[in-house]
Amino acid sequence: MKKEKGIRGSYLQDVKERFFHHKLAVFALFFLAVEILAVIFLPMILSLDPYSIDVMAFGRGPSDKHLMGTDDVGRDMFARIVYGGRVSLTVGIISAIISLIVGIPLGLLAGYFRGKWEIIVMRLADIFMSFPSMILILVLASVLGQSIVTITVVIGVLGWPEFARLIYASTLSVREKEYVESAKAIGTKTRGIIVRYIVPNASAPVIIAFTFRTAQAIITESSLSFLGLGVQPPAASWGNILYYAQSISVLANKPWMWVPAGIILIITVLCINFLGDGIRDALDTKMSV
Amino acid sequence: MEHLVEVSNLKKYYPARKKLFKERQYVKAVDDVTFYIDKGETFGIVGESGCGKSTLCKTILRLIEPTGGSVVFNGQDVAKLTPEEMRLMRRHMQIIFQDPYASLNPRMTVRELIKAPLDIFSEASEEEKMEKVFSAMELVGLNREFMNKYPHEFSGGQRQRIMIARALILDPEFVCCDEPVSALDVSVRAQVLNLMKDLQSRLSLTYLFISHDLSVVRYLCDRIAVMYLGRIVEIAEKDELYDNTLHPYTKCLISSIPIPDPEVKRHAMVLEGDVPSPYNPPSGCHFHTRCPYAGKQCSEKYPELRELSPGHFVACHYAERIREGK
Repeated sequence: MKKEKGIRGSYLQDVKERFFHHKLAVFALFFLAVEILAVIFLPMILSLDPYSIDVMAFGRGPSDKHLMGTDDVGRDMFARIVYGGRVSLTVGIISAIISLIVGIPLGLLAGYFRGKWEIIVMRLADIFMSFPSMILILVLASVLGQSIVTITVVIGVLGWPEFARLIYASTLSVREKEYVESAKAIGTKTRGIIVRYIVPNASAPVIIAFTFRTAQAIITESSLSFLGLGVQPPAASWGNILYYAQSISVLANKPWMWVPAGIILIITVLCINFLGDGIRDALDTKMSV
Repeated sequence: MEHLVEVSNLKKYYPARKKLFKERQYVKAVDDVTFYIDKGETFGIVGESGCGKSTLCKTILRLIEPTGGSVVFNGQDVAKLTPEEMRLMRRHMQIIFQDPYASLNPRMTVRELIKAPLDIFSEASEEEKMEKVFSAMELVGLNREFMNKYPHEFSGGQRQRIMIARALILDPEFVCCDEPVSALDVSVRAQVLNLMKDLQSRLSLTYLFISHDLSVVRYLCDRIAVMYLGRIVEIAEKDELYDNTLHPYTKCLISSIPIPDPEVKRHAMVLEGDVPSPYNPPSGCHFHTRCPYAGKQCSEKYPELRELSPGHFVACHYAERIREGK
């Protein structure tokens, strides 16, 4: 292990250092950052328009005018992928964050204090998990109106039991550890015990779940779009770009209509997974840099 | 001399599963324990595995809530404090845990581990805190270059030194040592014990020292209590206990200490049978099922702890007869 100098080396600084030694994770972070910036700023810089129809080019392949070709109604594919990225990334990342923010405190509450909290939170999680989530999303989306915000919030809120149960399970085992007793013995406040002792030792499975959840949310949004309850055409998302390409003739003869969107979706999901791996390894003190 | 800690009638009962039509049973891990610890002394508690030594230690510090009884520390009944008052009290009473592999947070560096108590109680600046951390590390013989390492990078003895530094950094008056060397190699045991003895005289600490190892207790302690199935059966000054043993159980324990000399023939009293189940301890004196001296009244009445000679307490009906008859 590398030798550090001076008064440094708190746990969080070490985590940062270990993370930046994880090449794949750093690459993934870089890629995602570039992607997010591109999705936000490219439309302004290049004045892309995903809706304007080029009557001279219906379903044409890549050309000088349309870098990635056009779809069947003559809309620029590149512009649609960039705009679709806005929707997919927002839905994926924000909804996973919402699940995390709702699920983690509830799971910690149930796992650390047990008693009535355990009963209330875990039974609530059971109730949430026993709903057929797709149907619930469909109903809520039609009641609350179809918008990106609604979809993000609904997918996010419905995802909390997964996080709550994971952190609950690991909290149950960590709270019995002797170092937690030792934290009590030196007079640590309950909040300090949870923040400095329970959370760092119980969060590894949650990070993995977060990356899965993000990928899953992107896919859920795609399914919703396909069912006509997600992002409404003519607006684009990676999901609905792929779903509109679901015919043999498009798949076989017009690869520009689905290959770029598919590749970007796969790379994004992979990068989120690598990022998760990197964070998990960085949190583990036993991993050498 | 004044008593720093007075434990009276301390009880910790764990409820066992209730059976239908039967009264709820309890495991009496600590049952009616009474003793005191003087300022500056080392009070030892010995007993075999499962007799309630560790539970007693943690109940005194209220890491486990007592079922009954009182623990008076510096004139204050610890058992009656509110959780917040108890939290503030902890800077005066510390604990060194048995297993240094389990009692240090694996996600904190040595520096953070030792500094943690200061972060809670001290209002000093960050530099002053670091100075204290360094002097504590020096005190326990840890090189300050180790401060950015994690517990898993250390050996058991070094980890226990980290634990000791963490326990002592707030200058507590009273330290409970819950078998601090039993998880360590024999070769480092002596080092850690000597360190603890040295620190006691330097910092005028009071120790409650728990062990199952009689030779360790003899080396370190001033007074010793012997526990059997949740109760104290004998308390005496160290030499008095070893020379004028009164309780039959203590006799068995002492006669079983190995003697490092192959020429010496030993006449160890060997106990028969196992430790009885704590769910269902024997009636009367808990030890009567295995006691070579047991008589009729032993199975009927529990012998109260009584002072047979000054400072020597014993819980046995036949203590006088054992003393005279030998």
